[in-house]
Amino acid sequence: MSIVKIPPVLRPSVGGEREVSAEGGNVGEVLRALASEHPATESQLFGDDGSLNRYVNVYLNDEDVRVLDGLDTSVDPSDTLVILPAMAGGR
Amino acid sequence: MPSGADLIRNAKDQIREVDPREVHDGAQNGNGAVIVDVREQQEFEESHIPGALHVPRGHLESRIEGAAKDRSQRVVLYCASGNRSALAAKTLQDELGYENVESMTGGITLWKDRGFDVEVPRRLSDEQRERYSRHLLVPEIGIEGQLKLLDAKVLLLGAGGLGSPTALYLAAAGVGTLGIVDDDEVDLSNLQRQIIHSNDRVGVAKVDSAEQAINGLNPDVEVLKYQTRLDSSNIMEIIEGYEVIVDGVDNFPTRYLLNDASVRLKIPVVSASILGFDGQLSVFAPYEGPCYRCLYPTPPPAELAPSCGANGVLGALPGVMGVLQAIEVVKLVTGAGEPLIGRLLLYEALSTQFTDLKLRRDPDCPICSRDPGEISDEEMGKFPDYEAFCAAAG
Repeated sequence: MSIVKIPPVLRPSVGGEREVSAEGGNVGEVLRALASEHPATESQLFGDDGSLNRYVNVYLNDEDVRVLDGLDTSVDPSDTLVILPAMAGGR
Repeated sequence: MPSGADLIRNAKDQIREVDPREVHDGAQNGNGAVIVDVREQQEFEESHIPGALHVPRGHLESRIEGAAKDRSQRVVLYCASGNRSALAAKTLQDELGYENVESMTGGITLWKDRGFDVEVPRRLSDEQRERYSRHLLVPEIGIEGQLKLLDAKVLLLGAGGLGSPTALYLAAAGVGTLGIVDDDEVDLSNLQRQIIHSNDRVGVAKVDSAEQAINGLNPDVEVLKYQTRLDSSNIMEIIEGYEVIVDGVDNFPTRYLLNDASVRLKIPVVSASILGFDGQLSVFAPYEGPCYRCLYPTPPPAELAPSCGANGVLGALPGVMGVLQAIEVVKLVTGAGEPLIGRLLLYEALSTQFTDLKLRRDPDCPICSRDPGEISDEEMGKFPDYEAFCAAAG
């Protein structure tokens, strides 16, 4: 099980948790496992064509998965995934 | 016993003297002479001959080798009028074995009378030395860094949660010019976190309230106020001429607009955002690291893009993130350390965790993959589905 860090805007969709565990051998599988456990995250993570929405960045440990192998990037159970949608707010 | 005047006359008889014109022309032609000012520290600091080294006569024997190690090197000494330098030249010649030492007649007084330039070093006033003494003690800042801070022009977008601590610390650090853009007035609900404002200034324009606080903290700082909202019609005019922009913008259209304008003008942006107990920080340095569009080519749909107005935030959180922004600004201005370029720092207050992520430039970035001159006014701040986004966001 890998750890997935959930950003503030997605926390209501996972029952308020700041991080959750999800199973999978690559980034896509882990995120799909997350979406099937917490269906409200599905449309926020994935577009209609099944690819990652462009306003969501996913990091494997500290590296953007887009510069790795995208959703096919393999994930070790000891890895941490960070989901990071664009955030604005400074007041 | 000879008088002092006899001693000086005697010294001048035994050494070689040189006219300021010859020293000046020699320096222009690059004759390789080392010019040494033997006056006191304070006299040297007031003005000196350009390129001159400073060895006060009282430290002549112990420090001359730092200026001229080679005894056969041509050395020209000067003082205010040519007397102290004559005595110093005699010492170097007779006691230290310098073979090619001269004293400049008439000293820097005659040099100036001949119309030659002097260098007036910049220095801090006594009050500034005391005020910034803890900066001066840090080698990475020191007097040079402090002078850079005093010359710096930094623009703060917003005098709110993030802008409050940033403005206060940059003012305390002696940033010479602080521009502040904010069209809002101080509200009671701001005071839980916007610490630059105060109870007795509720209802006052935030730019005016911030100016009062800054002036009260440090009179070295000039505040330039822009009581307006940034939009495509005013952004280029407002941000041009600033060397760093501090961004705490609370909505996506303005964030994209700011990105595009700052890339065009090649101004680094120290960007932070906050929500609840979470903060993010990065430095977007155009063409050096990624820009905001490399990271997020499109904003999230409006329902996933809450503005902070309706959302809660822990009061001290913008304190942490705003002070981190202030530190990044000081690093950019002074050149100390490695600014947070190409990295994103996440701060989760509830678990007390800092996470550092790598950000990459997008070779296909719609903005920063092109030359600044190619970015037009019309496309600035626009993104796919811009109209729909703004309609949905209200």
